[in-house]
Parts: sequence; structure tokens; C-alpha cells
Amino acid sequence: MQAAQASNATIAVAVPVPGATAEIVSFRPPARPIFERLREIASRAAGILLPPLIVLALTLIVWQLLCSEPGARLPPPTKVVSDAWDFIVDPFYDNGGIDKGAFWQISKSLGRVGIGFSFAAVVGIALGVLVGQSTWAMRGLDPIFQVLRTVPPLAWLPLSLAGFRDSHPSALFVIFITSIWPIIINTSVGVRNIPRDYLNVAAVIRLSWWEVFWKITLPATVPYIFTGLRIGVGLSWLAIVAAEMLIGGVGIGFFIWDAWNSSRISDIIVALVYIGIVGFLLDKLIATVGHFVSHGVAAQ
Amino acid sequence: MKQPYLKFEQIGMTFRRGQMETEVLRDVNLRIEQGEFVSMIGHSGCGKSTLLNILGGLLKSTTGEVFLEGKVVDEPGPDRAIVFQNHSLLPWLTVYGNIAIAVDKVFVSAKNKSERHDWVMHNLELVQMAQAKDKRPHEVSGGMKQRVGIARALAMQPKVLLMDEPFGALDALTRAHLQDSVMEIHARLGNTVLMITHDVDEAVLLSDRVVMMTNGPSATIGEVLPIKLPRPRRRLELATDLEYARCRAAVLEFLYARHRVPARAAA
Repeated sequence: MQAAQASNATIAVAVPVPGATAEIVSFRPPARPIFERLREIASRAAGILLPPLIVLALTLIVWQLLCSEPGARLPPPTKVVSDAWDFIVDPFYDNGGIDKGAFWQISKSLGRVGIGFSFAAVVGIALGVLVGQSTWAMRGLDPIFQVLRTVPPLAWLPLSLAGFRDSHPSALFVIFITSIWPIIINTSVGVRNIPRDYLNVAAVIRLSWWEVFWKITLPATVPYIFTGLRIGVGLSWLAIVAAEMLIGGVGIGFFIWDAWNSSRISDIIVALVYIGIVGFLLDKLIATVGHFVSHGVAAQ
Repeated sequence: MKQPYLKFEQIGMTFRRGQMETEVLRDVNLRIEQGEFVSMIGHSGCGKSTLLNILGGLLKSTTGEVFLEGKVVDEPGPDRAIVFQNHSLLPWLTVYGNIAIAVDKVFVSAKNKSERHDWVMHNLELVQMAQAKDKRPHEVSGGMKQRVGIARALAMQPKVLLMDEPFGALDALTRAHLQDSVMEIHARLGNTVLMITHDVDEAVLLSDRVVMMTNGPSATIGEVLPIKLPRPRRRLELATDLEYARCRAAVLEFLYARHRVPARAAA
């Protein structure tokens, strides 16, 4: 007993009052976890961020090395940045005509996708519900859908130009016809897969056809619809660039074509990066909206 | 002769798939009085779920009719609310919303908005789920989901409450707890209940009569056993009760000695 006390005394010799030691001891533990938690968060973030950053850096280095020698056909990253500096730093310039900054080009394209895709969403969901609910509609329409959905987006452009005799609605139509198929198909699969139990519940409380549609069919199909919308928005972003190349005017697609015609290769590369980032954000946007609208239905 | 409250008359059911015909039920006759708690027990495939679905109006019997208060049953309706085996709650609605969707539809003209709200809350309190009213089904346990399923059915004020193996998917402790709740609610409200079960103890504990089904195909009612145990029943006291043991033995004897599952069905 005495020996133990003695050894304690040698350790805690600097502390005059016993109560004070207790205070110090009780203060330390909360401080440590915060520090450790920060370290943990930092190391996890590093684990997620480091690999892509390393790969990106390596790609840029290899690219720089490959394109640095005189006579290289494509500009190295440093030259891309210096050539396209005006385009990168000021996305809001407007010199009239089609000579506008990246923000205006991209927002014009996004506007077209927004209109065409909205039409596709409304018509696609309606057709999908029809095909999902009616055996006869499915037998009649499904084969046609399966054939038409394989037609490449740009193959529709000449036909729509002939029909609309104007480039703007033609571009919208191409967006519409490109993105509608996955929306129809996913919606109809969702409607066909509504659990029998939900419909039994609806039958017991005697919901009308219309109430079943709003209160059971649509909410139960939401996860499927959003899968279709995600694929659709991706396809329409693919199609808009190609369509704009052909119809001209303001838009990120024609911007690329115009840059190629004036040999501004660096602008093209910057535009490609922008297109990729916008496409990625569109996909995430639809996924996020879907997550909130479905109230965790997909989580089951 | 007095009309029974609920009557199955000569019910037969044959399913047809292409050239194959399967007779599931034949000549089922049963009378149930108001306020009675009747269980239906039998081996898998004996058609007891089919019988319940015919009463629920979800299936149309091939022959015979079901009469409820003298009227033929020919479509689903809230007067025969069903508690489904897998709770069947709508996952995008809250616990409250799952009951409100039924209450708002069934009592659209009989109650005003605030009365309907009170009625939803009353039924949630009846199954002790009021505190979880804003949770979604995937956020509560299996037993709680089934409580909500029971509340939804009770909220329709059905003439007959149909329960299709309501506790089959639950663990033994949760099941016992819910059985006690159902007994309590039945004592308080005096509902007429038809329950399907696989569980001999559950059937004997809860019921006024146990209906035992013979094996399919062409299953029918083999025997009806009245359970003359006084209510309220407490499972602890019944564990040593002679009458309880006798009833239990009678059901077991029917199921395993006289109507054992044929070997091919068991395999």
C-alpha cells in the first residue's frame, strides 16, 4: 500500500492539490477524440481524393511530354491554358453574334436540353404508364419502341429539319426523341412491377382508377422513372452537342465546330472538359432529385 | 331460422392454368356469428389463404357464395379489411399517412377533416404507435409495421377483420406481444375476426373456434373445435391449464395424426 502510494507520488509530484489532477484528467479525453476524428476525416478524404488527383497529374505530365516536342499536332496542357486563357477566365463575355463566353454557350445548350428533355419526360412517363398498365398497348407499341430506340440521335435530324423547316425546333426534337425511350421503357417496367399487395390495399379501400394512379402507381414507380430520367438526360446531353454542330448558332456544340474551323484547338479541349463536367452534374442532379422524391422507396 | 352474420355456402375454387385444372377448395360451409374470433388452421397449400381472399373479395369463388349480413360478397371493400401477412404498408407514406389514406377514403363523407385526423390518431394509439406516426415503414421494426397494418384495418371499422397469418413473419417474443395486443383490442371493440394461422398455440389462445382444414387439393373444413376458455386469457396461466392442453392436443392430433402432409408435398 505504502509502496504504491510512493510510486504514485513520484509520478504526480508536480501536482500540489489532488482535486486539480482530477480536473486535468477529465479535460484531456474529449480533446483527443476531436483531434483523432479530424485526422480520421482527413485520411479518409485523402483516400478518396488522392487517387484521382494522382492519375490526373500523371495524365497531364504524360500529355505535356508527348505534345511538347516541336511539330506536335495537339497542344500540351500549358499551351491549352495560355491559348484559351480568355475563354477560361471570363465565361461571361459577349462580343455579339456567336462570339460569347462559355457560360452563355453552355446555358444555351442546357436550355435546349431542358425543353426537349421536359417534353420527353412528360410524354415518356405517360406512354410508359399506358404500356405498363395495358397489355394491348404493350403488345402494340413495345415492338415499335424497341426498333425506334436503336436509331442514333443524329439520324433523326434531317427528318426533323424536313418536318420543322427550322433548326431550333429540330434540335429540340432530336433531344426529345433521343431521351424518351429509356423513360418509356423504365416507367413501363416499374408499372408492371408494382407489388400485388399495394393494389390489394387499394382494392380494399376502394380507390378509384384515378386515385390508384396518383396514390399508388406513380409513387411506386418513382424509382424506375428516375432511372429512366437519368439515362435519358445523359443521352440528351450526348445528342445536343452533335445536333448543335449541325444546326449552328450559339451553343457549346457549335462552339466546338466553330473552334475547329478557326483552328482553336485549345478552346475545343477546354469546351470538352466543360461538357464532361456539366454532363456529370446533370446526372447527379437527377439522381439527387430522385432520391428526395422517392422518400427512400428505393432503399427497401 | 336466424340468418348468421357471416356465411360461407358451398364454396368451391378451381384454378385453371392452360389445360391444367386444380381444385383447391370444395364444399366449404361455415357460419360465423358477430363478435366471434375464428381461426383457420391447416397445412400449407390447404387453400386457407384462398378462402380468406374470397371473403375479402380479391378472388371470385368458382362455386358457392359468401354472405355478410345476408348480402352476397362479390368485390373487395373496407367492411372486410385485411391485415396482410407482410404488412403491405406503402413505403412512400409515413405511418400516419398509411392509415390516413384508408381513413380519408372510407370516411370521406361520414367524418370531416379534423374528425378523420382524430380517428387516425385514435387507431394509432390503439396499437401503441402514435409516437412513431411520422416515421416511414422502413424506419420501424417488423412488429411495429404489423401494428400499423392492424391499425389500418381497424380504422376502416370493418364488419369482419381478416388476418392472413398476421404474425407469421415475426420473432416469437414480438409475436406473443402482438397476440396480447390483438386479444385486448378484440375484448375492447368486439370485432368479428377471421384469422389464418400456422401456429397451434396462437389459434387456441386467441380464438373462440378453431376451424381445421383438410389437406389440398380439394381441401375442405375437416373439423371445428370450440375453445371454451374464459376471457380474458393470460398465456402464463394457460400454460398449465388442462382445458388449454386438451384443445391444443386436439388441434395437433388433427394436423399431425389424421391429416399429416402427404410425403410428396412435404418433400
